[in-house]
Amino acid sequence: MNSLLEMTAVQLGGKIKSREVGVVEAAKAALAQIQAVEPAVCAYVTVDEAGALRQAEAVQKKIDAGELTGPLAGVPAAVKDNMCTEGLLTTCSSKILYNFVPTYTAEAVLNLQKAGAVILGKTNMDEFAMGSTTETSAFGVTRNPWNLEHVPGGSSGGSCAAVSANECFYALGSDTGGSIRQPSSFCGVTGIKPTYGTVSRYGLIAYGSSLDQIGPIAKDVSDCAAVLETIASYDRKDSTSIPRKDCDFTSALVDDVKGMRIGIPRDYLGEGLDGEVKAAILQAAKVLEEKGAVVEKFDLSLVEYAIPAYYVIASAEASSNLSRFDGVKYGFRAKEYEGLHNMYKRSRSEGFGPEVKRRIMLGSFVLSSGYYDAYYLKALRTKALIKKAFDKAFEKYDVILGPASPSTAPGLGESLGDPLKMYLGDIYTISVNLAGLPGMTVPCGTDSKGLPIGLQLIGDCFQEKNIIRAGYAFEQSRKYESPKIARDAQAAAGYGGAQGGPADGIRNRIAETAGKEA
Amino acid sequence: MANVISDETIEYVGILAKLELTDAEKEEAKKDMGRMLDYIDMLNELDTSGVEPMSHVFAMNNVFREDVVTNGDEREKILKNAPEQKDGSFKVPKTVE
Repeated sequence: MNSLLEMTAVQLGGKIKSREVGVVEAAKAALAQIQAVEPAVCAYVTVDEAGALRQAEAVQKKIDAGELTGPLAGVPAAVKDNMCTEGLLTTCSSKILYNFVPTYTAEAVLNLQKAGAVILGKTNMDEFAMGSTTETSAFGVTRNPWNLEHVPGGSSGGSCAAVSANECFYALGSDTGGSIRQPSSFCGVTGIKPTYGTVSRYGLIAYGSSLDQIGPIAKDVSDCAAVLETIASYDRKDSTSIPRKDCDFTSALVDDVKGMRIGIPRDYLGEGLDGEVKAAILQAAKVLEEKGAVVEKFDLSLVEYAIPAYYVIASAEASSNLSRFDGVKYGFRAKEYEGLHNMYKRSRSEGFGPEVKRRIMLGSFVLSSGYYDAYYLKALRTKALIKKAFDKAFEKYDVILGPASPSTAPGLGESLGDPLKMYLGDIYTISVNLAGLPGMTVPCGTDSKGLPIGLQLIGDCFQEKNIIRAGYAFEQSRKYESPKIARDAQAAAGYGGAQGGPADGIRNRIAETAGKEA
Repeated sequence: MANVISDETIEYVGILAKLELTDAEKEEAKKDMGRMLDYIDMLNELDTSGVEPMSHVFAMNNVFREDVVTNGDEREKILKNAPEQKDGSFKVPKTVE
């Protein structure tokens, strides 16, 4: 039974299909694991025990009736708490949405449900996805399952920690500047940020709309390809959604990179990159070279300009997107105020955390008259140059290879004191969002402290299959490992199912956190 | 620090952002924003003359559709999220004297 949680999503889906494992049994195993490790890891904001078991029973019936036959039918999953789920609390890990229950479900989540996913709950994140550590959440800090004194990364830190600690079989995250790839790297799991427009953003609570993409986080490349294939869809409700006919991503799961042209930007290996990370990345490149890929170094250029351009663009879009939170239609409203405008101001000031306020202020400034040209338009011009640099690189290469982050996971509390330093950690991931490209992180080793290192593979627009093929081929050279905390919990548990939960079957961290504040 | 953010600027940005900052938060915001703008000024090293601002990577077109209601009446569900409601509407502080 212990091995059940060690399965990949596709493996479990296969066992469910062949009736070796029941859907309820799988959901109960995941819920028991959640109960065992959550006190230490805190990956979830909300766990929907009763709802998960209800879904599991319904999905099992549909499988038995032959209505659900896909590879993910019956497999328990988690969803980042910035995607709307009808009837289930959706907070963006912000006090301003502490009680928000959506009336509809995000298109990507709906696509999963149609394929028979069992949604276990909603995962913790940096507030409104603004942060790189999951420490800016209003509902507690998620910890790295590999070492509880370290951060899981962010902003999809809860989703990545939950996958790593076997608290779900796969999860959805969102990536605006690296929020899937960097925490995947820190938690030793695999994550894909697809080409912009591939997955509908309908129901994703917006941060930087021109950059946001939803993507899968899982134990391996095969799972990520299967999940991406399921969630990708053209959606008229998202006007930036792109109709694609090449979303059969699992067809790229081929262990063959002969002749594949792989470029490593010299700019990604320079100053600031940790020595152990660099060694692991170059070793991974060697593995692909030995398998027949043609690997060479090149100058990408403009890399250091991506961060300032990103923070102007993302903050500008955030300041506009987050203006909807005003204490009128949903969420938090301040208790004391004088008149309408003061009610808006007080509700927002009490409802948003420091990092969100910082970005709203910066965004409002760069969009204000007198500064719009100098900052906002300048950043958009820089974005055009960065895109051009990638276009040039992809004339020569099928895949760009590099680290996902300059270091492994920092210790808890080390990053928040110096926002600018934290922003600099996004240097290898951010330009991918600016250029709309697909990017993936695959685990490629650990450092001397035992913390995971992630390899980043970047493809040209719509060329996910290249990075999936490279990632899959690389992955054949190593064995996936779960952290000790996950294995210990599995060994200790009997998996009789999750008992002792609250009467309504929904647990969340809101009350706990509110208690602490008071 | 090259960019010195004045009290007036922070006041003005606070109005745009609809945020009410405490004095301590204002001082912090002045420092943070000045530092970020110093960093962002790095973009001035780039010659972007003649480069069109790129708001979206792919060409964006308006997506038109018939204006037809496809979802049902969700008034009750939606109002459940309202901090305050009255007579089937959102309740806000008095805005007209």
